[in-house]
Amino acid sequence: MELFHGVNVDWLGKKWYFLAFSMIFSVAGIVSMSMHWAHTGYPVPLGVDFRGGTEVQVKFAQTPDVGQIRAATVAAGIKDATVVIYDVPSANEVLISLPERTLSENSLDTGRQQIVSALQAHYGNPFDAATGVKVDVVGPTVGRQLERQAGLATLYSMLGMLIYLWFRFQLIYGVAAVVACFHDTLITVGAFALTGQEISLTVIAAILTLVGYSMNDTIVVFDRIRENLRLSRREPLPDLVNRSINQTLSRTVLTSGLTFLTVLSLYIFGGPVLKGFSFALVVGILIGTYSSIAVAAPMLVAWQEWRGEQGKAAALPAAKRAKG
Amino acid sequence: MKKNLKNKVALIVAVLLVCLYGIFGIPSGVSGKALMDALSSRIHLGLDLRGGAHLILQVVVSEAVSAETDNTVGRIQQDLKAANLTFSQVYKPDPNKPEAIRVEGVPQASVSAARSLLDTKYSSEYDLAGGGSDSSFVLTMKPLVEKALEDKTVQQAIETVNDRVNSLGVSEPKVAPYSLGADQILVELPGISDLDRVKTIIQSTARLEIHAVVGGPFQDEAAALASVGGALPSDEEMVHGSGALATGSDADSVYVLQRVSVVAGSDFRSADPGTDQNGLRDVRFTLTNEAGDKFYDYTSANVGKSMAVVMGGRVREVANIKSAIRDSGEIEGSFSPEEVEILSKMLRTGALPASLNYLEDRTVGASLGADSIRAGVTAAIVGVLVVMAFMLVYYRSSGINADLALFLNLVILLGFMGFSGATLTLPGIAGVILTIGMGVDSNVLIFERIREEIRAGKAASAAVDQGFAHAWVTIVDTHVTTIVSAAILFLFGSGPVKGFAVTLTFGLAANLFTAVYVSRVIFEAHLNRLKPGEMVSI
Repeated sequence: MELFHGVNVDWLGKKWYFLAFSMIFSVAGIVSMSMHWAHTGYPVPLGVDFRGGTEVQVKFAQTPDVGQIRAATVAAGIKDATVVIYDVPSANEVLISLPERTLSENSLDTGRQQIVSALQAHYGNPFDAATGVKVDVVGPTVGRQLERQAGLATLYSMLGMLIYLWFRFQLIYGVAAVVACFHDTLITVGAFALTGQEISLTVIAAILTLVGYSMNDTIVVFDRIRENLRLSRREPLPDLVNRSINQTLSRTVLTSGLTFLTVLSLYIFGGPVLKGFSFALVVGILIGTYSSIAVAAPMLVAWQEWRGEQGKAAALPAAKRAKG
Repeated sequence: MKKNLKNKVALIVAVLLVCLYGIFGIPSGVSGKALMDALSSRIHLGLDLRGGAHLILQVVVSEAVSAETDNTVGRIQQDLKAANLTFSQVYKPDPNKPEAIRVEGVPQASVSAARSLLDTKYSSEYDLAGGGSDSSFVLTMKPLVEKALEDKTVQQAIETVNDRVNSLGVSEPKVAPYSLGADQILVELPGISDLDRVKTIIQSTARLEIHAVVGGPFQDEAAALASVGGALPSDEEMVHGSGALATGSDADSVYVLQRVSVVAGSDFRSADPGTDQNGLRDVRFTLTNEAGDKFYDYTSANVGKSMAVVMGGRVREVANIKSAIRDSGEIEGSFSPEEVEILSKMLRTGALPASLNYLEDRTVGASLGADSIRAGVTAAIVGVLVVMAFMLVYYRSSGINADLALFLNLVILLGFMGFSGATLTLPGIAGVILTIGMGVDSNVLIFERIREEIRAGKAASAAVDQGFAHAWVTIVDTHVTTIVSAAILFLFGSGPVKGFAVTLTFGLAANLFTAVYVSRVIFEAHLNRLKPGEMVSI
């Protein structure tokens, strides 16, 4: 069985459509991030890892009454608790969160204790085996540390990729790939802002994996371009790049498709804890595949055409011939 | 060629067996239960799957520095007196900079004698400055010495917390320095979901000290200040407490105590609950020899005066010194049975060298952990089945090749996890699922290339050779870039995220073996069986 036999699409000819498509999604992402920023001071909804505060997740034996729980917390003296249903309604799980209310770590735990005693008064000890509980209390110091770590990790990742690609190919390849990655990250994070999902540490892990994965796709196309450049030096670059993409299309779509299916399985069956993580991967894999064809490759061609107009010699062929 | 092939197959089977051993160890039987038991003893589950508590504590190292310099202040005073050099005061001018000590009021004539004394005795640990026209000296703890002290404090705190945590009876607790922050400790307690009891035991005592009482009890701080003429001398401090229990009053009172303690924390060698002559519960303690000598000197010089037992920054008990005490004594007070236990345990396991603050605590109940495992494993199985089915349909017999390689990939991955003792977390399970997708990528690359070569007219074995040769470069590139991302995640991530990085890296490494070597061997076996002119089924 073969799905992509004899494909001959003019990808570069469609580059304006691709640009428009990317712009629409990027702008949508940026707009929703700005709105969120104006609202809350953060560009995206942040999970408790970064935001700090207290989050208590309780599973009840029967369907819990959110109104009752809220009343119980107010009665215990907690004024600013948020109570929401967590996961699907049939799971009978409730998430109670308190914002970061103290800059001092001495009273970090009082929020949790208050919530627990409020629940205890009405429903018995939530830590009994019958009801599952998860509690996260994150102080301001740790929140800041984690933010810093996440930012640094993403930065180093992209830098590492750039250097590796510079070494294996040429600088422009590295730049094109990094721009494609950046585009993917922007749209994925924008998707979180659009759908109101929280970004936690595991989501950052997913985004970093995406960066690696998007690179994969881009490298496969670049490898083929490099091989074809070596073989035919007369072919105009846009045609050669089109041919390279068409040749690798089968592999690209299949692999992305298969990885997408496994990640989709995770999104559907993997439970609520990994929802954010799998959402990031689902969106990211789609966009990552798209960007290798629609962003990275056209950038290469555009660069060479720009250089050609400048009167400089064509930079791309004869790239690293010795390295092969 | 055939013999070569047999060796290769033998190697692969050997790898398979070794990894199975890594996963299961030697199971006691082949029933489902025996295998599950073997599996769970080899593969460590993270807290998010097992249930338990995760705490990050900050060691307030400045307290240890402060205590050390307090000690030095005492020693300087003694040394100057012993050398008959007058001074007006020795104190720490800035409470926010506990590492600096000021010596003031040395008469001009003795300045050089004072300087050489201070130099001889303290220059190894302190930088000496001053001795000029204002006849004062400033000693600042050397940065290296300060850092060494801070590190030692964190280390001691880790040991003490470890002891206390062990006394809780938790299986496989973990107490370790937390790499993402300075002076921070990570505590992981599997199976514990009620944190209150844990926190009492871990944190509740900062330091246990005995101080000389200068004055008190007073009603409040104003009265206490009035008693010392309105200004508190720098070597004294005001401490709240309810040490007036003997007089039956429970009200909070204020005491004026000597700042430098007579004995503290690590000077206590043992402590046990007991009863005093009135039948009330008390704590009997013994001091170390060195501390015993110090205590003897102090008590024999101060018979008739009072000393206060300060715990966690509050006066717990005030006792009259009736006679010299060497190294054993009692702390009396109306303690509840629990208080007596906790106090003895904390004295026994050594006091914490500095306070601990909580920075973060996360708890996962055990049933939630089990739910997560179930969800993760379901997703993994569905993912594997979908991919395997697709490969069979799309690549026909070669699809079996890919599926075998995938299966072996997973076995090797789990084998690595078992051997290395790495922890499996929920994102780690996600990493396994991702490995499935990315692992099959390598096979797709190779197979697509082989199809191209066949279309170009090459014979079966040449097509397979070319397919592997061309795809190899791309496989290496893609694996290296993803492993680099995973390495960065490992360096910068915390527990669960580290688990993800580990399974992803192991999975990709295993994939390099299975997708290239194992697939190749299977193809060779297949090619050997082909009749001349027959094509590979792909």
